[in-house]
Amino acid sequence: MSSMSFWEYANPKRFMALSSASLPWLTGLTALVLGVGLVWGFFFTPDDFRQGSTVKIIYIHVPSAFIAINAWLMMLVTSLIWLIRRHHVSVLAARAAAPIGLAMTVIGLITGAVWGQPMWGTWWEWDPRLTSFLILGLFYLGYIALWEAIDDADTAADLTSVLCIVGSVFAVLSRYAILFWNQGLHQGASLSLDKEENVADVFAYPLWTCIIGFVLLFITLVLLRTRTEIRARRVKALIARERMT
Amino acid sequence: MIALLIRDLRLAIRTGGGFGLGLAFFLIIAVLVPFGVGPDSAILGRIAPGILWIGALLACLLSLDRIFALDFEDGSLDLLATAPIPLEGVVGVKAISHWLTTGLPLTLAAPVLGVLLSLPERAYLWLILSLLIGTPALSFIGAFGASLTVGLKRGGLLLSLLVLPLYVPTLIFGAETIRRGAEGLSTTTPLTMLGAITLGTLAVLPFASAAAIRVNLR
Repeated sequence: MSSMSFWEYANPKRFMALSSASLPWLTGLTALVLGVGLVWGFFFTPDDFRQGSTVKIIYIHVPSAFIAINAWLMMLVTSLIWLIRRHHVSVLAARAAAPIGLAMTVIGLITGAVWGQPMWGTWWEWDPRLTSFLILGLFYLGYIALWEAIDDADTAADLTSVLCIVGSVFAVLSRYAILFWNQGLHQGASLSLDKEENVADVFAYPLWTCIIGFVLLFITLVLLRTRTEIRARRVKALIARERMT
Repeated sequence: MIALLIRDLRLAIRTGGGFGLGLAFFLIIAVLVPFGVGPDSAILGRIAPGILWIGALLACLLSLDRIFALDFEDGSLDLLATAPIPLEGVVGVKAISHWLTTGLPLTLAAPVLGVLLSLPERAYLWLILSLLIGTPALSFIGAFGASLTVGLKRGGLLLSLLVLPLYVPTLIFGAETIRRGAEGLSTTTPLTMLGAITLGTLAVLPFASAAAIRVNLR
């Protein structure tokens, strides 16, 4: 194996160097892909036969929902890495991702409501997908609130990681409980690899572009926020040292 | 462990507060709901399963922060953590004593409140069964939430924010059991799911709670 392993970047100094070098490129790439995807989706796709131009909200709705779920997945992985290998950068990335995930959940819900009003004739319906998303939002809130409530950094990191793991199990459990509780209005998956009935190609290509754009946006924001967390912790350490002398 | 259980039960009953309070709260909710939605017994009968489950859930929530808080403050939790019995066992015992002082009385009181809410006659069996099977899960999930917030000064509100989303599956299957029972449908699926959740939380969550307490005692 080469001397540079993936875990080298768990060193905050190395992480800061790498992220500071790659952030400008990532930001540019995000702007490019997201710009192309959104402009393509909004202006260069035909209106749907029945839905008219409201169909175009899909270019924000689907990617944000995708990020909302996968942000939690990423938090689960980084929390596990923290509990097992005690890398501070890892848990700070989880902390950085939570508000973004919450924002994406809210965006998904709001764009869904805006689309649902003319299409289903209602802003809100207790549909399994909608309800699950609301519950996911509550999980994000609880996770963020626990971080904010605890003063000691390592205690907070440990407890939120445990909460994230237990919360993941219960989030999946809630999803199936809700499916059992109510059958819904929401259409099935718009894009899946193993299904005949997907969104038509003319909509699917810009949609994939938007999803990739949102993923890049997510990575950029997480890197940026993780850097902020690391700096905030350095400042705290400096202040503590000042007080000592 | 049995000595610890007896000690916790004695403390819960003799110090007052938690024990009767949950029951009183449950009663008040059942009394207030008809004022809110009107005295029409057909409507009340339809929403009674949900109201009774939500009432039980909130009454449980009231006494959650007492599971570990008192022992944390006077230092007995440190002693329990270094005691020869495993901390996981301590958590389990504390959750069981919480259930014996809240979940079980709530289950026994629920049929009386069912009368107040004009619950259909054939639903009573399912009401008692679903609460009996489901409320232990509420105590074990609650003990996990309490172990996360035990070190905090004002953990009460945060505790409810953490615990309530975790209660969603239990609530769904619990209320669904009664609703199906009231309509004469088969209740096997929700009831077995409820039992599965209770057994799962009972088996796994004490480990997560014990881990959280060790962090908080550090």
